[in-house]
Amino acid sequence: MKLTGSEIIMECLLQEGVHVMFGYPGGAILPTYDAMTKYEDRLHHVLVRHEQGASHMADGYARATGEVGVCIATSGPGATNLVTGLATAMMDSSPILAITGQVPIPAIGSDAFQETDVTGVTLPITKHNYLVTDVRDLAYTMKEAFHIARTGRPGPVLVDVPKDVQLAQTEFEYPEGEIVLPGYHPPSSADESEVSAALRLIEEAERPIILAGHGIMMSGAMRELRELSERAQIPVTLTLLGKGGMPEDHPLVIGMMGMHGEASANLAIQEADLLIALGMRFDDRVTGNLKTYALNARKIHIDIDRSEINKNVKADVGIAGDLKTVLTQMLPKLKQKSHPEWIGRIRDWLEDSSERDILNYETPDRLLTAQVINDIWKQTQGEAITVTDVGQHQMLEAQYYPHQRPATLLTSGGLGTMGFGFPAAIGAKFGKPDEEVWAIVGDGGFQMTLCEMATAAQENVNVNIAIINNFFLGMVRQWQELFYEKRYEATPLFNPDFCKLADAYRIPNRRVTRREEIADAVQFARDIDGPTLIEFVVEKEEMVYPMVPAGADLHDMKRRPKPGEGL
Amino acid sequence: MTSQVDINKVTVVALVENEPGVLNRIASLFRRRAFNIDSLTVGRTHKPHISRMTIRVVAGPEYARKIATNLQKLVNVIDVRVLDNEPHVERDLALIKVRNDDANSRNTITEICDRYPARIVDIGPKVAIIEMVGTEEILEEFIDEVRPTGIVEMIRTGVVSMGRGTRIHDTNFTRRDLAKIQDELSAGGNGNVI
Repeated sequence: MKLTGSEIIMECLLQEGVHVMFGYPGGAILPTYDAMTKYEDRLHHVLVRHEQGASHMADGYARATGEVGVCIATSGPGATNLVTGLATAMMDSSPILAITGQVPIPAIGSDAFQETDVTGVTLPITKHNYLVTDVRDLAYTMKEAFHIARTGRPGPVLVDVPKDVQLAQTEFEYPEGEIVLPGYHPPSSADESEVSAALRLIEEAERPIILAGHGIMMSGAMRELRELSERAQIPVTLTLLGKGGMPEDHPLVIGMMGMHGEASANLAIQEADLLIALGMRFDDRVTGNLKTYALNARKIHIDIDRSEINKNVKADVGIAGDLKTVLTQMLPKLKQKSHPEWIGRIRDWLEDSSERDILNYETPDRLLTAQVINDIWKQTQGEAITVTDVGQHQMLEAQYYPHQRPATLLTSGGLGTMGFGFPAAIGAKFGKPDEEVWAIVGDGGFQMTLCEMATAAQENVNVNIAIINNFFLGMVRQWQELFYEKRYEATPLFNPDFCKLADAYRIPNRRVTRREEIADAVQFARDIDGPTLIEFVVEKEEMVYPMVPAGADLHDMKRRPKPGEGL
Repeated sequence: MTSQVDINKVTVVALVENEPGVLNRIASLFRRRAFNIDSLTVGRTHKPHISRMTIRVVAGPEYARKIATNLQKLVNVIDVRVLDNEPHVERDLALIKVRNDDANSRNTITEICDRYPARIVDIGPKVAIIEMVGTEEILEEFIDEVRPTGIVEMIRTGVVSMGRGTRIHDTNFTRRDLAKIQDELSAGGNGNVI
């Protein structure tokens, strides 16, 4: 049977198991929107209020489920509005497929109405992209796009489809069998020599530490990580995106590493004699000054992306491979070990840190972000999927909401995209309808994508929005306080009345200004089947500690003050 | 004899799919990662769907590895090899237009060309075009010798390289010509896409 290009797009999405897509219509994508009417019962389209929201929703969906998230936009401005979301997904290896309309082929290159060179614009921020110029290539291209997005190191793929290709007809048959691409062979297993070299370093190490990243969850290597850590008694520190890779209440998990990581983790990295880096990429927010980074340690680096190995930190044993596969190769030969002295040392650092815990502060007259986040954690039994925005609340979430399960903290780590949190939470809820989803956002970032409140209300998505409102761009203000002599240029915010705003969107809401109100407000939100908003009015000039200033040595941390030293 | 050849140059050879936009992807990668291209040549191989690039980059060997692994990440790049560590043949071609308006310069040019694998491919009363083929180093030498007679125009192709011996840098990949395959499919073909 002959189908139009638009119908072929729908059929391909169904073949790939897609049930929901996030998008916004427009001229050059109209044929595809018209085709949606025939597929309404099987493919749900979520109408966003800005295409950036669609890209973040697809991203949130992908991060929550591990499946490819789909967003769709028209040519020109529709497509360029996806750019931030594509770049966000690229940096955090999130598999999304963006379908964009394009002006008809004869008009391409003529500066036609709403024409943009979308494959050109998105080239460096997609894993791969396509301009489909023949309807007969469409089905194969779609299959290839899904394959590239979800395999190897996942990432965003964009398929640009001119309007006349959407309208043209051809016989539809979904290509069967594996996609074979001549230049695309993600690595999987390690050579035996690499495995034994890694095992030898582990055997020789007296102060080993595992640095576990996002790759643990992308590869599904949670069990293998735990076995490695437990059998060889190696403490584990997590990256921001690695949170959930191992339960945070596990005695061998010693907290997050990096700029706002725990002192115990950063000090352990600097003192270790072996780093075992698994599915992480030694980002500058994780290493601090590379010249003084982990100088005492040999390094094992396992990552699916060969170009990450030796990029920032030189590896003594570098293995390009799938983590689960490589760890499965290693584990049968891994000997039991113990490092009581080393672990005791880390325990001491942990104890020192817990003395400095913000939660120990009595602050009857004001609300602190850490308290809000920790109380949300308590109220949700630590079981919610939390999706954060970017800034102080993001770092405090990472510190004060321990995650036990994979893919329960979704956050823009690499790109640090303000405005990500709320739409990504909507996408996550569509992916995991049975899970409790909280968008924890700052007052700055929320205002970048708050138009999606209309989307949440229209779809009655059960997402709880927690706005941490300090009337400041808090993290920028923190830098201004520390490095720019408190010149608060462009960081104080005039904010709308968020509760009235929620009222306008007919979203139930509460405002919280005191700690004793938190539990009740959180429960109020949990009881409502639909979007809710809670505004937490917090201390205006809070600081996030520990902090390694940008470019400083990793052990050179500004610590949390001890009680009595003041905040 | 002074030579302008930088010893810190690496030669990367890449087999790529001959598809629209591939050159752009590679150029974009070099720009994006701040790799500095010295020369880049691209041409078809004996298989029309596969092009081969020789990329010379000013960089140390560490850098060469980074370039190779990043190139390999591109979906349209089939294979990448850094050639510096193995015996290889490399050639650069230059067309050099020189002043030729008196007996002295004419003699000088003929004399220099005799000592190099160079030949005069066009000659007129005022200027001549010399074609010179050789390694980058010999080309530099030659150009230095010709320079005093007065170069008025010059173009170089950039280096092309090929490993010596039986280590063949090639691929069995045959292009999936989608539209054509679809035609076969609808005509009751065997459906074997690749």
